[in-house]
Amino acid sequence: MRKEIPQFIVLIAGVFMAMQFFVPHSYSQFLYRYALDWLIIIGIFALALAVWSFIRVSYEKIQRKADNWPYAVVSLAGLFTMVFAGLWFMGGLESYLYRHFFSFIMIPIQSTMYALLAFFIASAAYRAFRARSLLATVLLLAALVVMLRFNPFLGPLGEPIARLADWILNYPNLAAKRAIAMGIGLGIVATALKVILGIERGYMGKD
Amino acid sequence: MEAIGVWTAALATIGIVSFLYKDNVLYRICESVFIGTSAGYWFVTYFWDNLYRKFYLGIQDATDPNRFFLWFGVVLGVLMLTRLWGKIGWLSRWPLAFVVGATAGLYMMTFFVSNAMRQVGATIMPIFRGNLPAIIDNTVLAVGVFCGLVYFFFSKEHRGLFGRASRVGIWILMITFGASFGYTVMSRMSLMLGRFDFLFGTWLGILP
Repeated sequence: MRKEIPQFIVLIAGVFMAMQFFVPHSYSQFLYRYALDWLIIIGIFALALAVWSFIRVSYEKIQRKADNWPYAVVSLAGLFTMVFAGLWFMGGLESYLYRHFFSFIMIPIQSTMYALLAFFIASAAYRAFRARSLLATVLLLAALVVMLRFNPFLGPLGEPIARLADWILNYPNLAAKRAIAMGIGLGIVATALKVILGIERGYMGKD
Repeated sequence: MEAIGVWTAALATIGIVSFLYKDNVLYRICESVFIGTSAGYWFVTYFWDNLYRKFYLGIQDATDPNRFFLWFGVVLGVLMLTRLWGKIGWLSRWPLAFVVGATAGLYMMTFFVSNAMRQVGATIMPIFRGNLPAIIDNTVLAVGVFCGLVYFFFSKEHRGLFGRASRVGIWILMITFGASFGYTVMSRMSLMLGRFDFLFGTWLGILP
């Protein structure tokens, strides 16, 4: 009962969502539209569950005075401040405080974290790009050409390098990306079939 | 207030950059603030966009006679919360099963069309069309896709002609990985320049 019903729901929902592409009837389109809405509504409850779990884990960490517990206080303070700023009596998504927290805290931290990866990529590049084999050299040259693409200091070499970079991106790169995309597409079909037919049941957990 | 915002953003930027020296308190604080504010941000955004706009306003839309069907989504959502009560926690599998099944069915068709059929269709084309450079380009594309697929085909040993095609596939893949790497480095550098522009321009005002 605890496992059979979810499997049955997966089967019905999966078959319906796949089959509705072949049945452009108004009933089918009606159910499809509402199924998408249900997915969105379930999403907010799932997110609430995730936030609750985050609060509980942080609270327990603080209560136990576990290692680095003051950072859990900071995280919870950030969470509650953001939620408070985005509530209706503060103006919701248009709230001054909410927009400023987003622009002056979230965006700078996020973009700096991504920017920081440039340094780690540089150190990884040093290890990866030591041209130890012909294939590593090919990788190195392709990367160099793409990186030099918009370099304004190359003088007369600038244009041929830019054209070579465009060619690499439009032909060999596209060819491999297509092969990878086809593999991903067929892999998703196989995995989806395994899920719908009940062969893959990892989503149900262990008990 | 704007000045406080700029100072906060500058301190947050310096806090994250300080990780380059070593893991430190300022970095950890910025990281924790980011974790908390991100969770709050997505919760608030989903609340207003999904629960309020999709459900609350949808249920009040008198022009839609079928609007009460939206309640079914809420019932499934509430079942998701039963995970918080141990004894009836197994009920949360129902909405999860709906999400998993519906997504699997939807993705099965959309990815099959976009990633498999359309890509195959775009690759099967007349190669000997146009001038010599165009013919070379078309050949590289068709042979590259074929050899790339051969490389990923592991049901047959990569020997002989098949092995040579697989070898060409590796070359094409290496070019792609190099190009993707170069692209990623440039995008990260662009972000880094943006942050330095903010620090030295907007914050300190020493840039012209």
